Amino acid sequence: MTNHLPVIEVKNVFKSFKTVHAVRGVSLSIKPGQFVGILGPNGAGKTTLVEMIEGIQKPDRGDIRILGKIWKGNENYLRRMIGLSLQETQFIDKLRVSETLILFASFFQLGKDRAEEVMTLTGLKEKHKAYVVNLSGGQRQRLALAIALLNNPRIMLLDEPTTGLDPNARREIWAILQKLKEQSQTSLVLTTHYMEEAAQLCEYIIIMDQGVILREGSLDDLLGRDRERKTLDELFIELTGRQLDA
Amino acid sequence: MIREPGVLFWGIVFPILMSLGLGLAFTKKKDVIVSIAVIGKEDKQAMKKDTLSFTGDFLPHMQAEPTRDKDGNRTFTLFAPDEKLGNTTFIFREMNWNKALVLLKRGNLNLVLDEDKGKPVYHFDPVNPEAQLAYLKLTRVFGMKAHEPGKENQEIKPLMVQGTRYIDFLVPGLIAMGIMMSCMWGISYGIIEKRNRKLLRRMIATPIKKSYFLVSLITVRFVMNLTEGGLLFLFSWMAFGISIQGSIMALLALFIAGNIAFAGLSILISCHTSNTEIGNGLINLVVMPMMVLSGIFFSYHNFPEWSIPFIRKLPLTMMADGLRSVFIEGAGMMDVAMPVLVMTMTGIICFSVGLKIFKWH
Repeated sequence: MTNHLPVIEVKNVFKSFKTVHAVRGVSLSIKPGQFVGILGPNGAGKTTLVEMIEGIQKPDRGDIRILGKIWKGNENYLRRMIGLSLQETQFIDKLRVSETLILFASFFQLGKDRAEEVMTLTGLKEKHKAYVVNLSGGQRQRLALAIALLNNPRIMLLDEPTTGLDPNARREIWAILQKLKEQSQTSLVLTTHYMEEAAQLCEYIIIMDQGVILREGSLDDLLGRDRERKTLDELFIELTGRQLDA
Repeated sequence: MIREPGVLFWGIVFPILMSLGLGLAFTKKKDVIVSIAVIGKEDKQAMKKDTLSFTGDFLPHMQAEPTRDKDGNRTFTLFAPDEKLGNTTFIFREMNWNKALVLLKRGNLNLVLDEDKGKPVYHFDPVNPEAQLAYLKLTRVFGMKAHEPGKENQEIKPLMVQGTRYIDFLVPGLIAMGIMMSCMWGISYGIIEKRNRKLLRRMIATPIKKSYFLVSLITVRFVMNLTEGGLLFLFSWMAFGISIQGSIMALLALFIAGNIAFAGLSILISCHTSNTEIGNGLINLVVMPMMVLSGIFFSYHNFPEWSIPFIRKLPLTMMADGLRSVFIEGAGMMDVAMPVLVMTMTGIICFSVGLKIFKWH
C-alpha cells in the first residue's frame, strides 16, 4: 500500500522574497518512480519550489511532505533519501573526479566501490583522475548527477541540469536519466526551461509561470491526443501570450 | 569608491587607524620613566656568583620617596626635572635576582642596580639602547662619571642573559600570531569563500552535520599550525639559538588552547556571511588591532597605562605572553593554567554560538 503513496506532496505552498511572490499557492503530488518535469521560463518560481522541496528554503505558508514526513525533525532521514543536483554546479576545483565522489560517498558512509559504480553509470570512468577545474560543462554536469546518484536516492531533484550545455552534452545527460528510469524506482523532479527536455524525459509535466501552475498533465493531456497543439511552446504561448524561451 | 567600500576602508580608514595605534605606542612622551631593579641585601639565596650584596641604604640618601609593595619590598621614586631634555622619573624597585631577570625578559625593566664597596654596579644589556640611556641618566643623577669608551670600567656588568634579546621576545609572539592568522584566514575566510562560491550549498544535500564539517576544518588547521609553529621554532633554534626554558607540557597546553580560541572565533565570524568583502572586513577588524596591540613586535607597555588591562585580556596577548613565559621565563603548567583556561572557554563559547547560527548558504 505504501508504494502508491506519493513520495512528494506539496499543498498550497507560498513563498515570497520581500516584494517578489516567487511561489503562489502551488500544490502537486509525485508518485513513486514517476519522472516529473517542471517547465517554465526564468523567474517562474521553479527553483524556489524545488528548493522548498529540497529543504533549503522554508515555505511561508503551506505544507511539504517527503515520503510522508515533514523536514523538521526528519532531516537526517530525508537527506539520505534524496539525491540533489543544484542549478549552479560548483565543486572544489583542486579535487579530482574520483576524490570528489569518494568525499561525497563518505558523507553517506559509502565506500570507494559506490563511487566507482556511479562513475561508470555517468560515463566518467576515463576522467576519474582529472581535476574538476579541467572538466567541460557537460562533464561537470555528469559529475553533479553522479553525486546525486551516490546514495541510491528514492527521490532525485535536478534543477536545470542541462542549462548551458551543448545539444550533445544534453543528450548524454538524458541518456543517463533514461537508463536510471529503466533500472530503478527512483522518482525524479526535474526543472527546465527546455520543452524538448521535459517532453523527452518526463511522463508528467507541470507548466509554471509567475509562481503559479498554469497547466499539468502528461504530454498527451497537454498537447491533446491528436496533437492539436504541436509543441509545449505553443501551449505556453496560448496560456501566457509569451514564448517559453523569451 | 562607494561601490567598493573595501577600497574606502583599506585606502583611507585603515592607514589612519594604524597611525593612531602606532602613534599611541611610539609618540615620544614628555616624561620618561626609567625602571630599575635594586638587588636587596636580604637576597643571599638567589644570588648569582658574580653579584654582591647591596646595603639598601644607598637610595635613601638620595631623598627619594620610599613606599613598600605587597611583599614588603621597598620602592623609591625619584623625579629628575630637565626642561631641555625632558623630565625623567626613576622608579627603583627592590627585588631579588630571579624576579629582576624575569622582568628584564618581559621588557619591564631597563637595568639592574647592585653595589660593590659603596659604589653602584650597573647590570644591563650593552646593545640595548634604552638600557644604555638609563645608565647614562642614572650616572648623572648619582653625580658620577659615565663610562668612557676605551677605558676599563668595573661599574658596568654586561647582562647577557638568555631570553633578553629582541629575537627571544619576537619568536613566541610570531608563533602566536601565526596561529591566529592561520585560523582566521584559513578557517574563517575559507568558509566564507566556499559559501560565496556556493560550495557549501551542496553540503545541504548530504546528511553531514555542521559540527562535523567545522570540526574537520579545525582539525586540519590544527595539524598545519603544529607543523608551521614547529618549523618556525626549528629555524629560530638553528639560526638564533632560541630554546624553550619552561615546561613542554605547558607549551602544548597553550598551543592547543590558542588554537581552540582562534578556531572558535573564526567560526563565529564566518557563520553567516557569504560576501567575501564583508568577511575580509570582519576578519581584519579582529586581527589587525590584536596584531598592533598584543605585544607581538614590541611590548604593549608602550601603550597608555589605562589600556593595558584591556590589552592583556585579548586572546593574542594571552597566547603571546603565555608562550613567552614558557620560552624565556621557564614557566610551568600552573603558571599558564589561567590563560589556557580563558582561551579554551573563549573558543568553546564562540564555537557554540557560531555553530548555532551557522548557515550552509
